Amino acid sequence: MLDQDAERPVLRVTGKLLTAALGTVERAMPSIPSNTSDLEIDLSGADALDTGGAWLIADLKTRLEAEGRSVTIVGASDDQAALMAAVTKAIPEDESPEAPPTGFIPLLDRTGRGTVDAGKSVVSLLSFFGLILTRLVGVLLRPWRLRFAALFTQMEETGLKAVPIVALMGFLIGVVLAFQGAAQLRQFGAEVFVVDLIAVSVLRELGILLTAIIVAGRSGSAFTASVGSMKLQEEIDAMRTLGLDPIEVLAVPRILALLIMLPILGFIANIAGLFGGGLMSWIDLGISPGLFISRLYADVGVWQLAIGMIKAPFFALVIGVISIWQAFQVEGSSVSVGQRTTASVVQSIFLVIALDALFSVFFSEMGV
Amino acid sequence: MDGANTPLGEDNAQTDEVAIRVRGLKNQFGRQVVHENLDLDVMKGEVLGIVGGSGTGKSVMLRTIVGLNRPAEGSIEVLGVDVLHASEKERREVEKRWGVAFQDGALFSSLTVLQNVMAPMREHLKLPHHIMKSLAELKISMVGLPYYAGDKYPSELSGGMKKRAALARALALDPEIVFLDEPTAGLDPVGAAAYDNLIGELQRSLGLTVFMVTHDLDSLYAICDRIAVLAEKKVLVTGPIEMMTEIDHPWVQEYFTGPRARAAQGKG
Repeated sequence: MLDQDAERPVLRVTGKLLTAALGTVERAMPSIPSNTSDLEIDLSGADALDTGGAWLIADLKTRLEAEGRSVTIVGASDDQAALMAAVTKAIPEDESPEAPPTGFIPLLDRTGRGTVDAGKSVVSLLSFFGLILTRLVGVLLRPWRLRFAALFTQMEETGLKAVPIVALMGFLIGVVLAFQGAAQLRQFGAEVFVVDLIAVSVLRELGILLTAIIVAGRSGSAFTASVGSMKLQEEIDAMRTLGLDPIEVLAVPRILALLIMLPILGFIANIAGLFGGGLMSWIDLGISPGLFISRLYADVGVWQLAIGMIKAPFFALVIGVISIWQAFQVEGSSVSVGQRTTASVVQSIFLVIALDALFSVFFSEMGV
Repeated sequence: MDGANTPLGEDNAQTDEVAIRVRGLKNQFGRQVVHENLDLDVMKGEVLGIVGGSGTGKSVMLRTIVGLNRPAEGSIEVLGVDVLHASEKERREVEKRWGVAFQDGALFSSLTVLQNVMAPMREHLKLPHHIMKSLAELKISMVGLPYYAGDKYPSELSGGMKKRAALARALALDPEIVFLDEPTAGLDPVGAAAYDNLIGELQRSLGLTVFMVTHDLDSLYAICDRIAVLAEKKVLVTGPIEMMTEIDHPWVQEYFTGPRARAAQGKG
């Protein structure tokens, strides 16, 4: 409460001035008349004071003193005086630091920096891609340098263990195509063309594309996370100091495993897709397996399969290079591993789809 | 060359042969210059402790010397080889003559401790497997790890054991120089003192040159022959620890005459 009767105004603090009560206290705080030049704050009635309470007093004192008025604090116990002194000392001097500039200029600044960074990462990715290619060729020329144990472990991890999910995915895609295709084609009485529909879309596009997407999510992320955490723990630096080439030890077996296993997985997805499509055509449209297979032979050329399979190694290279490149960008803390893993999956799926679109244009221009 | 290597410590060095000679080193990350015109000599057979405030680039200097970071300018000569301009073959030869133990061990997480210690031997030596295995077991026991530690994976080891295993791997090829990055950081005082003793013993018995980045005043008093202080982007001063209190530089004064320094001096 404010006592104005004394020769100079005294602000008497009574009861407990604690952080939890600051809201109420601030509202109940008497306003200090602007004509007072001398204020006394009497703490003798305060039973309890913590940093929050001390801040309230100290802040008031600083503000009034900034206006040229003088404030004296009286009646504080030794502990309270020590606390007041510590809090007063700790209050940041510059209350409002210069606000960061807003508006057009910073936007321009961010855009510029972002563009330069994007350009830099494209250059870095391309040079990494070149590095990987030279190492891959080097290993092919000198196969005894290849780390077979690592290669087979990675083939098992990325290939063998992915077979169930890839086969199931292919099967379901076949089922869905048969189901949706049948509904449309029945309107023209052209149910039997569902065989062509399934075979062409699965073999040419969907089988390999969806396999690549699953592998990017499954193995690409695993590559980035595992190699990224090695980078974080300085294992990659340790390799370099021991004369081991991290590209040769870590990247080559992983990328080579993908190059070998992705076509095989794609082929499995194709077969499963045809099987699912055939099964559904039989159940839904009454196209017998014999008829399905003979239409397959008659209408669908081997090129449809080849076009799908040709793309597989390219997708494998994209997934492998992106995921290892992202892993090598990890730095600082484990947060970075998470960010890089996410980026790795997003970028490899995006690039796989973009590459597929390019192939699509290329093959149709080539007339196959 | 400017006064980076003040003659304070020259008389205390074990030999006057230079193991590592750094001249005019400049390291720059983006616009931030970490080192400029940095000179340093490490004598053969000495334990050199590198100290400096946070962000003065102690670890960067270590990484630059062992070739993990390419400097913007300057020359680095290790055991008489100009490592920045050496051919691939020369570099591999000189790399065999040093070992590096990183701060958290940096053991290969997919290999056991024994395989970790054998990794450099596999890469550089053509030895029968059983000999490499015996040698690796010897190194593991030399760093004071129990026999069974060899079959453990790094994730199963405590921080102190990881550091010892990393030292065993650094010693795998019987190097002449050992680089240690913050060897006692994160260890309890008893473990740190034991590790200091270990480094001191190994250094004497194997005749090692030790290049040690550290914060630990106890280590400095216990085992370092000379100390190099990094400040103002260069090696401000080198010399034995007794000289350090006489250096007129605010950071050096604070570091070597503060309460912790007095405590460490009492012990040392």
